[in-house]
Amino acid sequence: MAKLIEGLKYSESHEWVKVEGEIALIGITDYAQHALGNITYVDMPSEDDEVFAGEEFGAVESTKIASDLFSPVSGVVTEVNSALEDAPELINEDAYANWIIKVKMSDPSELETLLDPAAYEAICK
Amino acid sequence: MKYYDKLIFELSQNGRCGCSLPDNGFGETSCTELPTALQRAQAPELPQVSEPDVVRHYTNLSSMNFGVDTGFYPLGSCTMKYNPKINEEIAALPGFTSVHPLQPLSTVMGCVQVYKELSDYLCSITGMSAFTLNPFAGAHGELTGLMLMKHYHLLHGDVSRRKVIVPDSAHGTNPASAAVCGFEVVQVKSRPDGRVDVEDLKPLLDETVAGMMMTNPNTLGLFETGIREIAQLVHDCGGLLYYDGANLNPLIGVVRPGDMGFDILHLNLHKSFSTPHGGGGPGAGPVGISEKLKGSLPQPDFYCGEQEFSMGRISGFQGNFGVILRALAYILMLGRENVKLLGSYATLSANYIKVCLKDCYELPIDSVCKHEFVFDGLKDKSNEVTTLDVAKRLLDYGFHAPTIYFPLLFHQSLMIEPTETESRQTLDEFIKVMRTIAEEAATSPDMVKSAPHNTPVRRPDETQAARHPILKA
Repeated sequence: MAKLIEGLKYSESHEWVKVEGEIALIGITDYAQHALGNITYVDMPSEDDEVFAGEEFGAVESTKIASDLFSPVSGVVTEVNSALEDAPELINEDAYANWIIKVKMSDPSELETLLDPAAYEAICK
Repeated sequence: MKYYDKLIFELSQNGRCGCSLPDNGFGETSCTELPTALQRAQAPELPQVSEPDVVRHYTNLSSMNFGVDTGFYPLGSCTMKYNPKINEEIAALPGFTSVHPLQPLSTVMGCVQVYKELSDYLCSITGMSAFTLNPFAGAHGELTGLMLMKHYHLLHGDVSRRKVIVPDSAHGTNPASAAVCGFEVVQVKSRPDGRVDVEDLKPLLDETVAGMMMTNPNTLGLFETGIREIAQLVHDCGGLLYYDGANLNPLIGVVRPGDMGFDILHLNLHKSFSTPHGGGGPGAGPVGISEKLKGSLPQPDFYCGEQEFSMGRISGFQGNFGVILRALAYILMLGRENVKLLGSYATLSANYIKVCLKDCYELPIDSVCKHEFVFDGLKDKSNEVTTLDVAKRLLDYGFHAPTIYFPLLFHQSLMIEPTETESRQTLDEFIKVMRTIAEEAATSPDMVKSAPHNTPVRRPDETQAARHPILKA
């Protein structure tokens, strides 16, 4: 069974959000990394790019498939995880320890529309 | 199979050559008239090999490949039917091979007749009103088809139509072609039974929709039973319906996309009409149109008459003639009565395999399929033997692997398309091997996970190759 972490928020498109003040750390779930298989490339936005809730902000490619990433929240990208450029496999090793982007949220109320672990687990069944 | 990966240069021996030429009586002359800059400073490094060296070299290399001529090739969504050799004989006739596209038309009327006949046959097989044979491949045809869609709306002064609707089970080329053509791609969901969800489609249809792209049967091998209603809905909002001809094979001789309400379609001659596959071509992707789009086909066109509202040029000349010729040879060789059987036999083969294997492979949608169907991996997943492992193990038994991990609707997709050209004995042999692999997955999973064991190349590290490709020697 795919790992879930209490305290994180989840999207139906398999991203997770960890809130640290006004910053949201965004990554993909363990379920997603498992379904994708060996990840070979992570396409990330640049710092200062704007992202919008529900819209694409990048993509992950694995040996099986290329899949778009959707931002669970709106805001401005403050940092991208440059370690993933050379080592995309980090996401396979631990999907929750390896965030993809950090976003300064413009509308934290969007977090309320996201799923808690139990609700996310239910859609993965 | 013998492992062989030499370069012909490795066989070279100084002074060896393929044949001994007699003395020509003129002695050696040097080309002193050539400017020095154009003269070679040193002799070219050509391989020095004998005729048997060359013949063995290429024969050994060819044995490293797997093709339809070697064995069963159930690659889903690709229609790997056997290509009759008569196609090659016809295409090699000197009257065809020695023509040039810039010859005066009056000297190539035989070729014009080939174009005309093939486009007429394609019209009668698909129910469309006219065809262009110009596109050089399926993807080129798909782009041409979408450009025709755009052209149609612009001709009608309709500039607000920027969306193309694509089902979530579509071939990846559909959204890609639409995006290349400048459209915005909108996805429509499938119902649990694998068909387009008409209720999900309805709210998407408005005056911004240029059209909808569909494959019928879809990528799950299922006939889109709501096609009439979908066509009506798309037309009612002013859009056009596009048919991706990749899955035409099971329909041939049974139903026609034109009668279902499709306005534009492209065909992949290498799939349904037995022209060579892959290797980057040459291909051919004829595009058919309904009466509605009459007169808008690309130029040049000397077999369909004047294209009054032509969309312009998409190729310098009229397509890959050699491929067009092979497709015509195939249709004529089969003849009307046999062409009508194509679709039914392709459908029968697929359903036969599906029924014989569904107790050991997971069948997510259990209904009568058309030319292909999709398993979602092994039924017993307790040993974590994946679809990739099953596919690799098939190679040990001398079969080509099916398409894997497509469509994306399931995690362990294994997509099987046997085509109509395989005998009952071949299908039985394949079924037996698939059952054996399911047993092996239960009893000796590690052996399946490390397959293939008997092929010259074992399991390459695909992940490493994708993460850190070595692109230079």
